[in-house]
Amino acid sequence: MGHSSIFNIITPIMVGPSSSHTAGAVRIGLLAGKIYGSNRPKKVHFKLYNSFAKTGKGHGTDKGLLSGVLGFAVDDVRIKNALEIANELGIDYSFEYAEDFNRHPNSVDITFSGDVEIKISGDSLGGAEVVITNINGYNVNLKGNYHTLLLIYKDMPGMIYKVTTLIQDFDINIASMTCDREAKGHNASMSICLDSPLSEEILESLKTIDEIYLIRNIEVTK
Amino acid sequence: MKPIATFQDLLIKCNTENKKIYEIAQQEEAKFAECEISEVRKNIEAVLSAMQDSIKEGLNSSELSMSKMVGADCEKLKNYYTKQNGIFSPQLQNVIKYALATAEQNARMGKIAACPTAGACGIVPAAILGISNAKNASNETIINALLTAGIIGKIVAAKAALAGAVGGCQNECGVAAGMAAGAVVEILGGTNEQILNAAALAIKNILGLACDPIAGLVEVPCVKRNPFLAVHSITAAEMALADIQSIVPIDEVIDALKQIGALMSPALKESAQAGLATTQTGLKITESLNKIWNS
Repeated sequence: MGHSSIFNIITPIMVGPSSSHTAGAVRIGLLAGKIYGSNRPKKVHFKLYNSFAKTGKGHGTDKGLLSGVLGFAVDDVRIKNALEIANELGIDYSFEYAEDFNRHPNSVDITFSGDVEIKISGDSLGGAEVVITNINGYNVNLKGNYHTLLLIYKDMPGMIYKVTTLIQDFDINIASMTCDREAKGHNASMSICLDSPLSEEILESLKTIDEIYLIRNIEVTK
Repeated sequence: MKPIATFQDLLIKCNTENKKIYEIAQQEEAKFAECEISEVRKNIEAVLSAMQDSIKEGLNSSELSMSKMVGADCEKLKNYYTKQNGIFSPQLQNVIKYALATAEQNARMGKIAACPTAGACGIVPAAILGISNAKNASNETIINALLTAGIIGKIVAAKAALAGAVGGCQNECGVAAGMAAGAVVEILGGTNEQILNAAALAIKNILGLACDPIAGLVEVPCVKRNPFLAVHSITAAEMALADIQSIVPIDEVIDALKQIGALMSPALKESAQAGLATTQTGLKITESLNKIWNS
């Protein structure tokens, strides 16, 4: 245990009733929404597992998840009315409840469909801390506590070097990174946690690399 | 410079630098966040203002939670006190009203500061704001109090996770009471030793508290437990201010808390598998909620 902040103890300022089942759900939804992209999704399906499934209704976990996808922060008083708001916006949402003891006690799969189909899994770790563990089958480790660059790309020699060199050229320190791939030469994913935010310039440079299919610049979640 | 890992470290640092606990807290926080102390204090003030809002909104609502188990009790307390003088002094009446107001606000999906957790959100604000209002404490004093509460919670959290699922309610409402007790001593002008004694006394006297909420929801007993432990924290503060010492020092009390949490059956740690959750009434409520929500 190194240094930490007092504000981890006396906040978040959040809509109740539960930091893991309400605020954590909002944060998973927020991260998933950012991974999905800037467009509002047309259709989203949530599969809640274990304690999320069992006690989610009473904790507003469903409302929290949907609020996050809608871009509401954990202290947004609209969370309570998220279902009605999503209805008004014409978002087709649905919930499914399941038990699977291979999964974390507070776990969810979020599947967006419409323009693009993307499935995102996340866990609520307690105290409103969350982690996105998987995107479309790739293992990732995305907590929203760092500025994070998320890439899906073609696995080939030199890709990690190319990306990290580019980041280094802008004097940004990499705090940690997670890589995974389908198979040699197939699709792969990289999530890179950074000590400072990326500039537009780096993002533009990344876009020029043909072998990168998806780029998401995910800022620290409040 | 090694981080402050124990209350002993904290006290040594206070003595070496001749500072109050809150001064070390704000200086460490500024170092961590790479900002000025004034900015830390401004952020603390924002949390206090959110706490004040939750109390105000909670005092003016009787909306029930989704399960309908809680939400209307603060109003009953308010009505009682308008008709009766009560036994508690007016400041203690405020402490229990504020704690209940905040905890109910949380249960009805209102906005609160999870200090240190959502389920235990009523204790620290009720103690700090209830006592500081009564004593006409300055804004600066109230900020000092929340800084004091914060560093107490931070040092405990480094050893024992502040989560009912990890160590039972002692790790949530219990730690909150310890934080609140220290904060109240700061408001009332106590010494660093008295602050840590107050925290030790408060936590020591709730060790073993189970987390056994009905239907696994942050409602019964959580909501009403907040006013109980807010008053508990004042008891600890008063005793510490009288120079009563905890025979077991706070660091060792936290070791005991951690050990007891580990020994506690998982059935008593937020899993709704024992205790109040599985009483005849607890099971009946759970069953009827399941019927409504899973149909």
